Amino acid sequence: MSVQSTQNPTSVAGAVPENDDLIIGGRHFRSRFILGSGKFSLDLMQTVVRCAKAEIVTLALRRANAGGMANILDYLPSDVTLLPNTSGARTAEEAIRIARLSRELHCGDFIKLEVIPDTKYLLPDNSETTRAIEVLAREGFICLPYMYPDLVAARAMCDAGAAAIMPLAAPIGSNRGLSTRDFIRILVDEIDLPIIVDAGIGRPSQACEAMEMGVAAIMANTAVATAGDVARMSQAFAAAIGAGRLAFRAGLGRRLDDRAEASSPLTGFLRDAGAGDEK
Amino acid sequence: MSGSFEYAPYEEGMEVIGTDILDQILEATGRFDPTSYTDRDVARALDARVLAVEDFAALLSPAAFPFLEQMAARARSERKRHFGNAVSLFTPLYLSNYCQNQCVYCGFNSTNKIRRARLDPEGIERELRAIAATGLQDILLLTGESRTKSDVTYIGEAVRQAARHFNQVGVEIYPLNSDEYAHLHRCGADYVCVFQETYDPVRYLEVHRRGPKRVFPYRVNAQERALRGGMRGVTFAALLGLADFRKDAFATGLHAFLIQRAYPHAEISFSLPRLRPYINNAAENPKDVHEPQLLQVMLAYRLFMPFAGMTISSRERAGFRDNVIDLCCTKISAGVRVDIGGHGEQEAGDGQFELSDPRSVPEVHAAILARGLQPVYLDWIRV
Repeated sequence: MSVQSTQNPTSVAGAVPENDDLIIGGRHFRSRFILGSGKFSLDLMQTVVRCAKAEIVTLALRRANAGGMANILDYLPSDVTLLPNTSGARTAEEAIRIARLSRELHCGDFIKLEVIPDTKYLLPDNSETTRAIEVLAREGFICLPYMYPDLVAARAMCDAGAAAIMPLAAPIGSNRGLSTRDFIRILVDEIDLPIIVDAGIGRPSQACEAMEMGVAAIMANTAVATAGDVARMSQAFAAAIGAGRLAFRAGLGRRLDDRAEASSPLTGFLRDAGAGDEK
Repeated sequence: MSGSFEYAPYEEGMEVIGTDILDQILEATGRFDPTSYTDRDVARALDARVLAVEDFAALLSPAAFPFLEQMAARARSERKRHFGNAVSLFTPLYLSNYCQNQCVYCGFNSTNKIRRARLDPEGIERELRAIAATGLQDILLLTGESRTKSDVTYIGEAVRQAARHFNQVGVEIYPLNSDEYAHLHRCGADYVCVFQETYDPVRYLEVHRRGPKRVFPYRVNAQERALRGGMRGVTFAALLGLADFRKDAFATGLHAFLIQRAYPHAEISFSLPRLRPYINNAAENPKDVHEPQLLQVMLAYRLFMPFAGMTISSRERAGFRDNVIDLCCTKISAGVRVDIGGHGEQEAGDGQFELSDPRSVPEVHAAILARGLQPVYLDWIRV
């Protein structure tokens, strides 16, 4: 497990460091756009990954038809890091079994934990997910849990050995954007692991906003897959995520109604200096 | 639905579960008057972010018929949002056509003079191998409804055999008790399809003249028993055209809705069979469910339960199927044989109905690609 601070680096050094890698489980990534692969044609995969400049691509292990027809693993570029998910799991035990199967299929040690006991809204079960992390982290998996943004649950996931936290912005596939904005902000402020917004991001501007808030990366699938031009939209997301990250690193200017700073000191009229300052 | 009626009583051994879902379906369907809806009701339904049961009813009404194009547009969008462009492929395998029931519309009717057959384990293996060679990973095992000729042990062994070749195994057989479903689940089956035929209890008794199938509530409660037995997914269907198809479609959707409420983890699917010509009575035709009506029901299901799976039957013609996989359906059969032993080219028993789309797996695969959609052979992991 690695820890990456999401604190604004400029506040310390006053200059933007050149290296701005996303670090998860000890692995370094230049891209902060994690691409989902489940909802567009396999033939487009190479092009979309390239346009997105994605280095991490998720896939549902339930779609990995190893050795069979239309096997998604045959279409993914060999240089991407696979992030298999446990889609289909309803309990911790099922997620654990799918993760182990993923390793047997040589999909690596990264696992995106999805424990979803609800087929209508696809909302995750945070406590079952935490139970799965406890087991899988001990087995050396790099666990990235999909979760409902709840600080208490996120802390428990950290303690269980998660490598990043993936709160939902809105229900999966809804393209509604940052519906859970305030709660994700709390995670960004309080959790030392990378916060990766997963699910609900519908347009590049929403991804950009999340990045400006200080989240470490964005995961998107439906917003890209349902676009008129899938490849071009993946490029737009990559640009927006990059811009949002740059804005975060630059340090956003404060809003005037939010702890505004006056251009002249407001306390310059004071004469009665304390004893320690007497000359 | 119809007013006073008496169910055929439960037969010995049929499990009674404590559930009020049937009562809720009958009560709501009884109140559903398809002629009472207006353009305004339909417009409200089409604008609703999440459709209520009343919105679903409006979309099934004759008032919605002029709005098919708008319904199709929203359905296509919902389908894409929930499933992307993935279309799952599967095929049915008929194990046996022996049947104890007398259903007036069915080729397997026990009084019909057809060639009866039941595959033995060698025959099943031959069929499974032939199907697996096409690349399919999802199979649906079917039998006629005979507890003597195709008992649960026989079906369980067939499931075990199938699970060695296929990742996803479903069953479409006579309704079972929950412990029997649990047995089949242990053997390797994950989903259960039960066609209710009609939710009108009076019409139900008219068309099911003899046999255990006459016990209406035992059939309605099959999906719930299957889920209690550990199955992961259940499919709902009425045979549209057997009674008032709008009421049957409403009852089917409501049934699925109530089951999903009670079992939120359950994978919900719909099938949409309608009456087609069958052996020894080729003159039978759908009363009023032509393609536009069928599509209206499909679109209403999709808008009401946008997350649910939907299978398009090979009873429909290729041109219709290729279009609806883009609008609302998520699963399509390919390389279908409805006769017993047909895949291994050793046909021994007659089929249940006539196919309208006999295309092979590669042909259906190519048709999916031609629509800009992606064929998915495996979308299931057995855990």
